Amino acid sequence: MQQVMNVNELTVRYGDGCVYCIDSDKSLDKNRCPKCKTVWAVRNVSFSLYHSEVLGVVGESGSGKSTLMKTLYFDREATSGQTFLNAYEDGKTNIFSVSSQQQRAIRNNLLGMVYQNPLLGLLMDFSNGGNIAQKLIAAGHRNVSAMQSRTFELLEHMEISVNRVKEPPKNFSGGMQQRVQISKAIANNPPVLLLDEVTTGLDLSVQAKVLDLIRMVQKKFNISIIVVSHDLAVIRMLSDRTIVMLDGQIVEHGFTDQILEDPQHPFTQTLVHSLI
Amino acid sequence: MLNINNLSKTFTMHVGNRETINCLDSVSLSVEPGQMLAVIGPSGKGKSSLLKCVYGTYLTTSGNIYYTDKNNVTHDLANMNLQDMRLLRVNEIGYVSQFFHVIPRIAAIEILCEPLINRGIGRAEAVKRAESLLEMVGIPESLWNMYPSTFSGGEKQRLNIIYGIITKPRLVLLDEPTASLDPNSKTRVLELIKELKSQGSIILGVFHDYNAMKVVADKSYNIVTKQMELVS
Repeated sequence: MQQVMNVNELTVRYGDGCVYCIDSDKSLDKNRCPKCKTVWAVRNVSFSLYHSEVLGVVGESGSGKSTLMKTLYFDREATSGQTFLNAYEDGKTNIFSVSSQQQRAIRNNLLGMVYQNPLLGLLMDFSNGGNIAQKLIAAGHRNVSAMQSRTFELLEHMEISVNRVKEPPKNFSGGMQQRVQISKAIANNPPVLLLDEVTTGLDLSVQAKVLDLIRMVQKKFNISIIVVSHDLAVIRMLSDRTIVMLDGQIVEHGFTDQILEDPQHPFTQTLVHSLI
Repeated sequence: MLNINNLSKTFTMHVGNRETINCLDSVSLSVEPGQMLAVIGPSGKGKSSLLKCVYGTYLTTSGNIYYTDKNNVTHDLANMNLQDMRLLRVNEIGYVSQFFHVIPRIAAIEILCEPLINRGIGRAEAVKRAESLLEMVGIPESLWNMYPSTFSGGEKQRLNIIYGIITKPRLVLLDEPTASLDPNSKTRVLELIKELKSQGSIILGVFHDYNAMKVVADKSYNIVTKQMELVS
């Protein structure tokens, strides 16, 4: 299996840290240093993502799942650690070490992100077509008719009528907004798609529709996906492999069926046994 | 060849009553290509756990599960890199679980085509193979494009079986393949198992139905106090 992304010892902390929490492996109060109150949102997280694989990330609220995703998408700055993308300089350059201009290019061409909150991923007063075109233009596209046909194609994949291309996303329901976000995220055929709690807050039938479409997109375009969710049903449906996060750290990883049926870590067992 | 050597599985519970459950204790057995080994025994004795250890759904506590793949490379499934195991799952291992977990909104024929397409087989050929298997296990054509959630228990079970073996896997794990089937369907499924054997598949099956097991098994073991006892 070809590796598409490698995350190595990634750490994101809020605060300067102190001798107690930086220089030692001493236990923190959850993910907070008891002495200097620095929050270690993500601490020494390492994993790889492989071609055409869906990697699930689960954990309770505040475990660092979303911070991890936002850091990988350059929305947050990594405190330390490295990330390599196979599609960027053959995976030889740490993407956190390159210029912000390069990071923008990576973000526009090689990564797609769907946020839990569509307000973060869409310009609500722009048209749906304009939102998708924004991503295409950022990647260097300039041919208007080519961009238009790509926009129509993407909206059709997401089962949104092309008649609604000129409407702004603010007129759409939550589920439809998520589908526009997905269209925008995959507009430039990125090898890696990041999904952060994409179905949270949607009603069950809309959730099912969005998940089906994600699954379809993944199969059709062989995209590698990292999907963050606290809903184990979403993880079961989408992901091949799952990592479990607690207080900013990975406490367990394995095949999704193994994590759900034979969890090893006390926290994973509690999580699995909390399934309704 | 599948060679299980001193396999043990213990569950350590950190929630609830915090028990340690010894499920399998030093189980050893081997199955040759073209053979079926059946495991029988009462419920809760670890039959399905054995299959799940082989498939990687359960992590083994100790022991080895040696499997020789189509390139004649021997892997220890109990101590294997996840990506290599993932490849084996896609390309060589078929697992028919006791309960059929599929997305309820996908038509039966599409569910069957997916593992073939994942292996790089063209859609037309995948559909042809799926249709021929659906016909073989007696699922009426009117149901092929329906969602499995609308199927009866027996129809679901037959779909489950052909889903697990549609790729003609070299290693087949069958968990109660004849449970909840009428006599006619049972005969069709047993024929399918015989066909897999004739193609050289290594089959490890778990049965409650002793008579059905006798028709297809070359060797059978009874699980007694977490260990295997040769029956025949």
